[in-house]
Amino acid sequence: MIRRMLAILHARNLEFVRDRASFGWNIMLPILLVVGMGLIFSGPPRPLFKAGVLQDSTEIDLDSHPFLGTRYVQFVGLTDETESVDKLSRHRIDLLFDPARNRYWVNTDSPKGYVLERLLLQVDPRLEKATVSAEQIRYIDWLLPGILGMNMMFSCLFGVGYVVVRYRKNGFLKRLQATPLRAIEFIGAQVVSRLMLILAVSIFVFVGTNYFIHFRMEGSYLALLLVAALGAICMISLGLLVAARATSEEFAGGVLNMITWPMMLLSGVWFSMEGANPIMRQAAQLLPLTHVLEAARAIMLDGAGLADISRTLLILGVMTAVFILGGTWLFRWRLE
Amino acid sequence: MNPTTAILEVRDLVKEYPGVRAVDGIGFSVAEGSCFGLLGPNGAGKTTTVEIMEGVIPASSGAVLYRGAPIGRRFREEAGIQFQSTALQDFLTVAETLDLFRKLYGRVDSIDEVVGLCSLGELLDRDTRKLSGGQRQRLLLGIALINRPALVFLDEPTTGLDPQARRNFWQLVEGIKAQNTTVVLTTHYMEEAYILCDAIAIMDHGKIIAEGSPQALLAEHFDDVVLELPDADWPRDLGGFEYQVLREGQNVEISTADVNAALIALNAAGVPMQRLRIRPRNLEDLFIELTGKELRA
Repeated sequence: MIRRMLAILHARNLEFVRDRASFGWNIMLPILLVVGMGLIFSGPPRPLFKAGVLQDSTEIDLDSHPFLGTRYVQFVGLTDETESVDKLSRHRIDLLFDPARNRYWVNTDSPKGYVLERLLLQVDPRLEKATVSAEQIRYIDWLLPGILGMNMMFSCLFGVGYVVVRYRKNGFLKRLQATPLRAIEFIGAQVVSRLMLILAVSIFVFVGTNYFIHFRMEGSYLALLLVAALGAICMISLGLLVAARATSEEFAGGVLNMITWPMMLLSGVWFSMEGANPIMRQAAQLLPLTHVLEAARAIMLDGAGLADISRTLLILGVMTAVFILGGTWLFRWRLE
Repeated sequence: MNPTTAILEVRDLVKEYPGVRAVDGIGFSVAEGSCFGLLGPNGAGKTTTVEIMEGVIPASSGAVLYRGAPIGRRFREEAGIQFQSTALQDFLTVAETLDLFRKLYGRVDSIDEVVGLCSLGELLDRDTRKLSGGQRQRLLLGIALINRPALVFLDEPTTGLDPQARRNFWQLVEGIKAQNTTVVLTTHYMEEAYILCDAIAIMDHGKIIAEGSPQALLAEHFDDVVLELPDADWPRDLGGFEYQVLREGQNVEISTADVNAALIALNAAGVPMQRLRIRPRNLEDLFIELTGKELRA
């Protein structure tokens, strides 16, 4: 039994080592993971809460109030009260503290805000609780676009990437190459096919979730549909770009994982990037999901119109064009 | 039809891979309406040559001309290809698969003609994954013919088929030829090439080593016939027999241009001739003569 197992083990290892793309990728992935996690998680332990501190400059004097010495709370310097309260109401910070005037604001719908308020009052019970003038948004209203966007991202990237690699491996693409079909036509058909599925699923989840939760929708459904469609096309195109030359599912899967991880962490699916390292915030701007979520939240939570999100739409449009043209240029019908 | 008009011309074709010259400066032409066979042992370069002719892989140098022009959009519209092995889209029926490929071409209204020609009528609603080997080959031929091509490539179309299915396939190809469609065929079956092809080219080591009609090539290379006897009938202690005797499997073979003299010699040697067969030289003999008997990788 052992001999047969070893024979299979040896053959599989040879296959793995000789598949240069997969092997190379499996060497690169740990290196990239180490570098990526080093960048994201290096330095002091990750804070659990994010508190805005109102003052004259963005530099925070940590000695100005004992609360500012609390560990595991990230303090973000803010200067504009109205803007800061708005960030609080949109869950971009958990609590807003004005040490000069001994008062604070908290979003009553924020679980983290509740805990942070208790901490703050334990340090300084004399503080005055100010009224949040902006309408407070429930955490689920802020979170829902992120969850829908994340689901869309996985479906877009993995749904098309694996299919194209399988078609290439089994020779179906080679058969299509022998017809008048052009690469751009094939890619276009894949985009539309996956788009129809994703929009149907997303609309179903949106409507179904709304039936139970009744989440906030300030803007136009049509604008939201446009953002969802453009975002989906952009991410499908990214999946096709990855699959344009890949010859093994292992390689394609590795690259797709490497793309989805940063989007999960940096695009604002679960938490806001407010106060994060500027390099990380810049990096987030390179990710399509960041723009999809920004635009979706602006429409759903703030009632933004198309004009308000035109810059985001333009960025998504440019990214889509780059991915599709790159994918078409790199596209190979057959195994080399 | 003008049989001398070349529908396809191959000029000074070269294909190089690192360390290997798979196709080494070959040239030939395929007459319109003919069936052209490209033969050769494994590794001779014929699949590479055909794939360059099909426009699937690029040549290192040289040219392939379709109706006098480099292969391009018109070629794609007017050529049909049956690859050696092809995967199809899963979960589609035969009818849906044919319809998919029909819509990739701009000039065909219906799949009915191909369904009739390839005897696919009873299979239209069947999942393509559940076809037998012969049925699948008929479907792949149907796909290759879906655009009513002027030129169709058949790359080892009967490999793996049982004798009945192979003969059935030959009838289909005869039907295609009857419609004045040009056929380029690669095959390992010499009988198939002899029956179907008007002209053949034999490749070895990336070069064409013989070209012409099967009959002309046989006449050019052989002026003898083969006498075949079961090895069991051949006397063990026959010394001084004046003809060269070759052992081929279960048989012994004697090649001679003078059958009468050979028969007299066999009779004189006391060889029993009840199971003697006399056959003319065939393409397989020619193929072995030109390419040798050693096993190719």
